[in-house]
Amino acid sequence: MSSVIQEIEKESLRHEFPDFKSGDTVRVKVKVREGEKERVQAFQGVVIQKKGSGISSTFTVRKISGGYGVERIFPYHSPWIQGVELVRRGKVRRARIYYFRKLRGKAARIKQLRLR
Amino acid sequence: MVDGTMNKMLGRKIGMSQIFDESGVLRPVTLVEVGPCYITQIKTVERDGYNAIQIGFEKRKEKHVTKPMKGHFVSAKLDPLTFLKEMRVEDVSNYEVGRSVALTDIFSEGDTVLVSGTSKGKGFQGVVKRYGFKGGPKSHGQSDRLRAPGSIGQSSYPSRVFKGMKMGGRMGNSRITTKNLKVEKIIPSRNIMMIRGSVPGGKNALVEIRKI
Repeated sequence: MSSVIQEIEKESLRHEFPDFKSGDTVRVKVKVREGEKERVQAFQGVVIQKKGSGISSTFTVRKISGGYGVERIFPYHSPWIQGVELVRRGKVRRARIYYFRKLRGKAARIKQLRLR
Repeated sequence: MVDGTMNKMLGRKIGMSQIFDESGVLRPVTLVEVGPCYITQIKTVERDGYNAIQIGFEKRKEKHVTKPMKGHFVSAKLDPLTFLKEMRVEDVSNYEVGRSVALTDIFSEGDTVLVSGTSKGKGFQGVVKRYGFKGGPKSHGQSDRLRAPGSIGQSSYPSRVFKGMKMGGRMGNSRITTKNLKVEKIIPSRNIMMIRGSVPGGKNALVEIRKI
């Protein structure tokens, strides 16, 4: 990518969230517009991938809602995101934990990463 | 400085990126470095038979300019430029040879523009890529019809293939205009314009931007 693009993108980067990775549980605070009103909704789940660079980077959060798996892809620098809270660090060996989608119940647990 | 009848500028495509629009939606944009352009010549009805202004873009080293072109720039009292383009205007009295035209003189955010350029050359391509033909069936006893064009005409009459029949050949490397693109953002300090969507040509390609 041209350095000019990188510089311009840098200027429009918005967020500096706590450093989270795949396997971590996060709570994403998203602005939701309902008619005229705006409110903040939290989406809590496991990060299964982070991808892209600069302004185009996104991350995917998966949670189980009402028995169904729900995934949301958030653009990292979206103005609709108010904040990301790191709930729990997970210990995983992969950068993109797609295998997590197939796991149910007891198997769908991720070991907590203990920081020394 | 410049009135509405001057509607064209030249630029170089830098590449693509994304930006968030007013409603917070991520949109694809193409970055184009536009101008500054310089008015190199003014053509008038009396002298040339029509009214037009000629603009130039991007400075060029003097050793790369031919002598006749050098003379052209000397008469405009300008440094040599790489690209020249002409545009028709109704009234030439508002323009002055040698004046520079900045991106913000003509374009502003939210404008609708046409972008012309030379598309990327694809080389010799078959009809599937070049004209979007379906190709043949993959199965049912077919072995070598996958990307074939099918019939290209009848037998005894007309006994020839009609002119203009869509067949394989050189694709790309032609002048393409993309219409009705929106100017999402302008960065005057860098002479950069962000245009929603894609524009013809590769990186560093010359593009012509017209306002409508």
